[in-house]
This record gives sequence, structure tokens and C-alpha cells, in this order.
Amino acid sequence: MARRHGGPAYAPVFGAAVVVSLLALLPLGFVVAMALETGWETAMALVFRPRVGELLINTVLLLGCTIPAAAILAIALAWLTERTDLPGARIWAWLAVAPLAVPAFIHSYAWVTMAPGLHGLAGGVLVSLLAYFPFLYLPVASQLRRLDPALENAAASLGYGPWRIATRVVLPQLRIAICGGSLLIGLHLLAEYGLFAMIRFDTFTTAIVDQFQSTYNGTAANMLGGVLVVCCFVVLGLEAAIRGSERYARVGSGAAGLPKKFRLQRSLLPCLLIPVLTVVLALGVPFVTLVRWLVAGGADVWRVAAIGTAFGHTLALALAGALLTTLVAMPMAWLSVRAPGRLQRALEVCHYYVGSLPGVVVALALVTITVTVARPLYQTVATVLLAYVLLFLPRALVGLRASIAQAPVELERAAMALGRSPLQAVWQITMRLAAPGAAAGMALVGLGITTELTATLLLAPNGTHTLATEFWSFTSEIDYAAAAPYAVTMVLLSLPMTLLLYLHSQRMAGR
Amino acid sequence: MRRSPADFVKMAGLSAFLGACVLMAFPRISSAADAGGIVVYNAQHASLTQAWAEAFTRESGISVTLRQGSDMEIAHQIVQEGTASPADVFVTENSPGMTLVDAAGLFAPVDAATLALIPENYRPANGHWVGIAARTTVFAYNKNKLKAEQLPKSMLDLADPSWKGRWAASPSGADFQAIVSALLDLKGEATTAAWLKAMKTNFVAYRGNGTVMKAINAGEIEGGIIYHYYYFGDQAKTGENSGNVALHYFRNEDPGAFLSLSGAGVLASSKNQAQAQAFVKWVAGKGGQQVLRDGDSFEYAVGVGAASHAKLEPLAKLQAPKVTVQNLNSKKVTDLMTAAGLM
Repeated sequence: MARRHGGPAYAPVFGAAVVVSLLALLPLGFVVAMALETGWETAMALVFRPRVGELLINTVLLLGCTIPAAAILAIALAWLTERTDLPGARIWAWLAVAPLAVPAFIHSYAWVTMAPGLHGLAGGVLVSLLAYFPFLYLPVASQLRRLDPALENAAASLGYGPWRIATRVVLPQLRIAICGGSLLIGLHLLAEYGLFAMIRFDTFTTAIVDQFQSTYNGTAANMLGGVLVVCCFVVLGLEAAIRGSERYARVGSGAAGLPKKFRLQRSLLPCLLIPVLTVVLALGVPFVTLVRWLVAGGADVWRVAAIGTAFGHTLALALAGALLTTLVAMPMAWLSVRAPGRLQRALEVCHYYVGSLPGVVVALALVTITVTVARPLYQTVATVLLAYVLLFLPRALVGLRASIAQAPVELERAAMALGRSPLQAVWQITMRLAAPGAAAGMALVGLGITTELTATLLLAPNGTHTLATEFWSFTSEIDYAAAAPYAVTMVLLSLPMTLLLYLHSQRMAGR
Repeated sequence: MRRSPADFVKMAGLSAFLGACVLMAFPRISSAADAGGIVVYNAQHASLTQAWAEAFTRESGISVTLRQGSDMEIAHQIVQEGTASPADVFVTENSPGMTLVDAAGLFAPVDAATLALIPENYRPANGHWVGIAARTTVFAYNKNKLKAEQLPKSMLDLADPSWKGRWAASPSGADFQAIVSALLDLKGEATTAAWLKAMKTNFVAYRGNGTVMKAINAGEIEGGIIYHYYYFGDQAKTGENSGNVALHYFRNEDPGAFLSLSGAGVLASSKNQAQAQAFVKWVAGKGGQQVLRDGDSFEYAVGVGAASHAKLEPLAKLQAPKVTVQNLNSKKVTDLMTAAGLM
């Protein structure tokens, strides 16, 4: 029985995943408790009103437009950088990840400065696409790189043309990568606020934050949070349906061959336009804004001591948060590969849904819980870290899951046959093989924590100053000159993490 | 399920590393309160309160730790924390946040000597907090789009159909909600509800007063209701969001000439009453008010005989309406705004 569910390590790992799931259910429990407290009728009146309809349409359109657009852009860029003789392909590949280092508010501000008329759905989709397409580019490029060209050669020998090979052979093999990336983008868009701060575009999350600013823990905000959770379940259901359950680990003798690079020749210039344009829009536009702020501020705004403190706090929180989140995500990631099933799926949903909640909903739940029943934990580093874990679990899971999926279960069994205990086998064999994925997950989580604002403001100990909180302070008094050094430091702290992600995607391909 | 000692060593190592990197970065976090220092929950601009705190610490030797947030958010947080709040002092941008905390009975009375530093009309009658700075409501407009004679005479004129689609505001912010609370106090509920309803039809919503001014500057919209200091602040810094902007003061005790008070109060639950009272007194007194005059916050000084920044329109010339400051209510305002579909 146990063997069918992923071997003898199943029980303890499953237990750990249950504990994490229960923690992840805290915010949802809080929203439900708020609904019960206000009474069913009031809650329903707050959910079924025209405003919620407007927000629902906006949110659905945002996801519906951004994700396919991001997928197309990511596939095009991935193909160009991995499968063609595009000049400078390695540099373009890294630049395609670098937009993750730009804080959302800067994207928003830069675009409103560049195109003041930008607003509504079009504006929302544009900035979302530019800020989040790397979430799709990373897995797609990595997958494309390690595909065994034998399949494509076989298809070609059977008379398939290049187009049919692309759609019938290559694209299906990219499915798990596209699904994972799309899921991550979907969850983030549900929870996104900073990107839309300056663009007149309302989603559930912007409405929740607006409500929070005037009514704090108001029922209206919490009910909107409830609707958001439902949206997230729909996204998760769609992803599961599309992802399917094929096996992707390659066993067999020998290594996969190197795919032949497509020679662009005369289509080189139009093809080069795609990465150039992407980089100009996603990096150039924010860069211009940052430089203008820096020039306006001159040397005076570089208060090194204050910036150093904020840097230290941010780095410590990001490191600790990333490490903790990755550790906490491990049981679930392992289960989802080794023992998929209905129960595992339910636990996985618990892990993912929190990622779609705006920081404020998670933070308020933790404030209320710690103030009322766990007072010693109120305003401690432990509570902030817990918030980070909840908010960024999906980021850690996606990287880990892909890596574990590539570690053949046969190695775990062999280790046990040679005398390792089941947990030792998992930890020493699979987790070691999955270490690059864990590192990539950590980098993704670290990127998130570096720019996280709301949970940090509400939960961190008194006297905590992160780069994001200082940047926010200055921008909210519209002192962009003084805010600039913090933004630049955030970008500089984030760039190595994007580099790590880029290197990891290369390693995943084993080349 | 035996685990090898090596596993435990690894886990312990990881945890130790985790703990160490957190502890290394936060060596001084709890020291402020330990050494008789105070914790200030600050919703004012961080730079301004930081400047106050640094000067106060230099003079008194009392250290100050700031926790940053926005008006209503921190006000509600203090109410939620109740009598066990870690805060000693609460400082806001607008007064409704102070009123909320006062209504929960969480303030200690401010020292009489401090009250004497601030004119009566800039503090509530019960003396539970004091005004320490002020900002005036203005109609900011694009100089190339509107001429002087086209400007609204009163903020209430913006409800007129002729203004449809031509003006902006940031309804979700505490700033705008304070302005509405003044309108409510001055003109009553019926007028306020009607004005908000017309506003819903006429105005364009932006997030944040700075965003409103940016849109005005870019010519996206002709004008908007914001506070005065956004203009002066931007002019003093990058200037990139205010080059085409001019300010129109409504005067005539118009609701649109509302002067919003930034408040400071001492929490009754504070274990550092003397230090907390000293901080509020210092800010309300000569030193604190001079920071307003000489710094770049561009907020009005309100202390008895205190001068404001030379670049500002003089306080006396603003002809602000006389509101009853303790009546400026946040709950009623958000209810009315929600009913009008603005939130």
C-alpha cells in the first residue's frame, strides 16, 4: 500500500506536508471567520454587488490577455536564444530574465511617465507582460534546451515539415514548462498591486488594498479576498487539467544529442528585433526613469549609513526567508512528483492558493492571530518569515518540482537497497539532485522578498528598515530623488539572483 | 523511520545559519525601548518625523524608533493592539486617524505645557492630542489647459456637469477622506452625499495625490483636488511632475480651503510616559516647528508664533474654514463614499 504511494518515505513526508498545508490555511481560515462573524447575508451582499462584477471582469481579462501573450513572447525568445544562431544568444538569454530584478512600482511609474495616457486593461496587460514574462521564459528555455532532438529527427524522417514538428513534437514537450510558468504568472497577477499603482486599472487586489487603507480589517476587503481565493482555485484547476500527468524523466543509455541550431540567415534582422524590443521595453524604460532620478538627486541622496542598514535588513530577511520557504516547500514538491493522487492534490492546492493573496490579507490575518492568541510572536522576525513563506511558497515549489521530476525514482530505490533509510534516500539522493532547482527556487523567493512591502510593514519588528520600505516611504512623499538609491540597491541586490536563475536554467539542460 | 545523526547535524546547521543571519542584521531592534527610548508609530512623512526624532534625540538623549505606515492603517492597528500596544506616540498626516484612536480611549491627555504651545483651533477640545503641522487643500491645475477665470470658485462647483471628466482625485487615500470629513462637518450629510454622488459622475480616480499631480502635469486631466505640499515637494526635488502645474487656493472659508491637521498624541498604555510627552512637546515647540520652516517637508507650522516655510502661501491668507477638529470622522466618510460608489 505504502509503496504505491511513493515508497516508505511517504508517511513522514506526507505528515510534514500536512503541517505546512495547515499553516497555509491560516489566512483562508481568517477570511472565513470574518465572513461568519459578519453573518451570511451581509457577506453575500458584499460579494454580489456590481463593483465585484467589474473587478471580476478586469481580473479575468488581465489574466486571459497577459498569460497567452507572455507565453508567445517567452516561446519566441526561448526558441531564438536556444535553437537558432542568434548573435549574442547567451546575453539575450540573461537579459530576458533580468526584468525580474526591477521592482513593480518602477515599471508602473516609468510607463506612466513615458506614456501618460496609459491606463485600463491595455496598460495593465502591457506592464504585467513586461514584468512577468521571465516566469515563463525560464522554464520554457530550459526545457527547450534539454529536449532530446532524436524525437524531432524521427519526426523529420517521417516527412514532417518544420512547422508540424514545432506544433506536434516540440510544443507538447514544453507543456509542463508552459503550465508551471503560466501558473506562477497567474498567481502573481491575482495578488499584484505595485504594477497597477499608477495605472488606472482596478483588480480585486487593488480594491482590497484601497479598502484596507481606509477601513483596515474591513469585512468588504476580506470578502473580496474570499472571491480572490475562488479565482485562484479556478486557475489551479485549469493548470492541473492542462498539465496532465506524463512522465518527463529520461532514462536510458547515453546522453541526448545536441539539437541543430536553426540558421536565421535573411530573417535574422526581424528576429533580432524581438529580443531588442523586449529588452528596451522591459529594462530600458525603467532604466531611463532610474537614471533621471539619480541625476536629479546627485550625490546628496546617497546616505550610505541608512542605505547600508536597509541593505543589511533586506539581505538577511531575503536569505532567511528564501531558505525557510524552500525547506518548507520540499515535502510537497517531493510528494507531487513521487505520489500524485487526490489527497496530494488537495494539499498542493493549500500550498498554492496563498500565493494569489495580496500581502495585506496574509499580513492582517497574522497580525490578528498574533495579537490575540500568540502575543509574544507579534512584531517578531519569526512572524514576518512565516508571512514570506506563505506568500512565496509557489515560487519555491515550481523550481523544486521540475528538478525532482528529473531525478529518477530508481536512484532512491537503489539507495534504500544499499541500506539507506527511506528519508535518508530522499534527502541524500533526490534532494541533492534537486539542489539546483532548490537554489533557483530560493532565488525566486529572494527576489520576491527583496521587493515585498505590505507584510514587512505590518509584521516586522519595530525599527526594521528594508530597501522596499524605505523606497516606499520616499516615493509616498514623492521624493523620487531620495528614493532612487534604494531602487538602485534593490536592483543590484536582485541582479545576481536573476543571474543564478539564468545559470540554473542552463544547468537544467545539462549543458 | 530512523534518521541518521548526519541529517540532524545538517538540519541544525541550516537552522543555526538561518538564525544567525537574522540576528546579525537586527542587533539593535529592541534596544530603543530597553534604554528608555520610545517607539513612535508614524504615519507622517518618514523624512519629516525622522528629522524631528534625530533633533529630539540630540537634545534629550532619548532614542526614538519609528514604525512607518499610513494614517488609518496604523490607527486601526493601534486599536487592535489595545492596551498592550508597543507604541508610545502616534503621529499622523491627518486628524481622523487621531480621532479614531481617541474614540477607543487609548490616548493619555497631553501635558498642559504642550497644549499651550498650540493655538486652540489646532487641537481638539479634550486635549488628548495636538496638531503639530498642517496642509491645505488646493485645486492643482495644468497652466496650459486652464486660465485663471476658468477655475472653480468653490470646491462644490466641481459637482457641476460642466466639470464632467475634467478633474481628478485619489478617493482611497486618507488625505482626500479628510477633505470629505471637513465637507461633512461644514455642510452636513445631505450636501456631502449629493456632492459625492456628482463627484462619482464627474471625476477621474487616480491612486495617490502624487499620481493625480503627475496626470495634471502631463495634461491627461485639467485639474484635481490635492494638498499643497505635493507641488512644492516636487519642485524642490526632481520637478518632473509639476512643471506645468499651478495651485489654486479656494479661500473664502470654502470647504476646498480646508486645512488638515497632522496630529501627535501619547498612548495611555505607554510605559515611557515622560519621554513620550517630552517628544510631543518638543515637536509642538520651537525646535519641532523650526524643522517645518527650514526643512523640505513644505507643511505649515502651527505652533503659537511659529513661521512656516518662506515659499508657502502664508497661513493667514488661506482663509481656511472653521471646522470642529474632533468631529472629523472617518467611519461616516467611508460609509458615504462607499454608498456613492467611490470605494
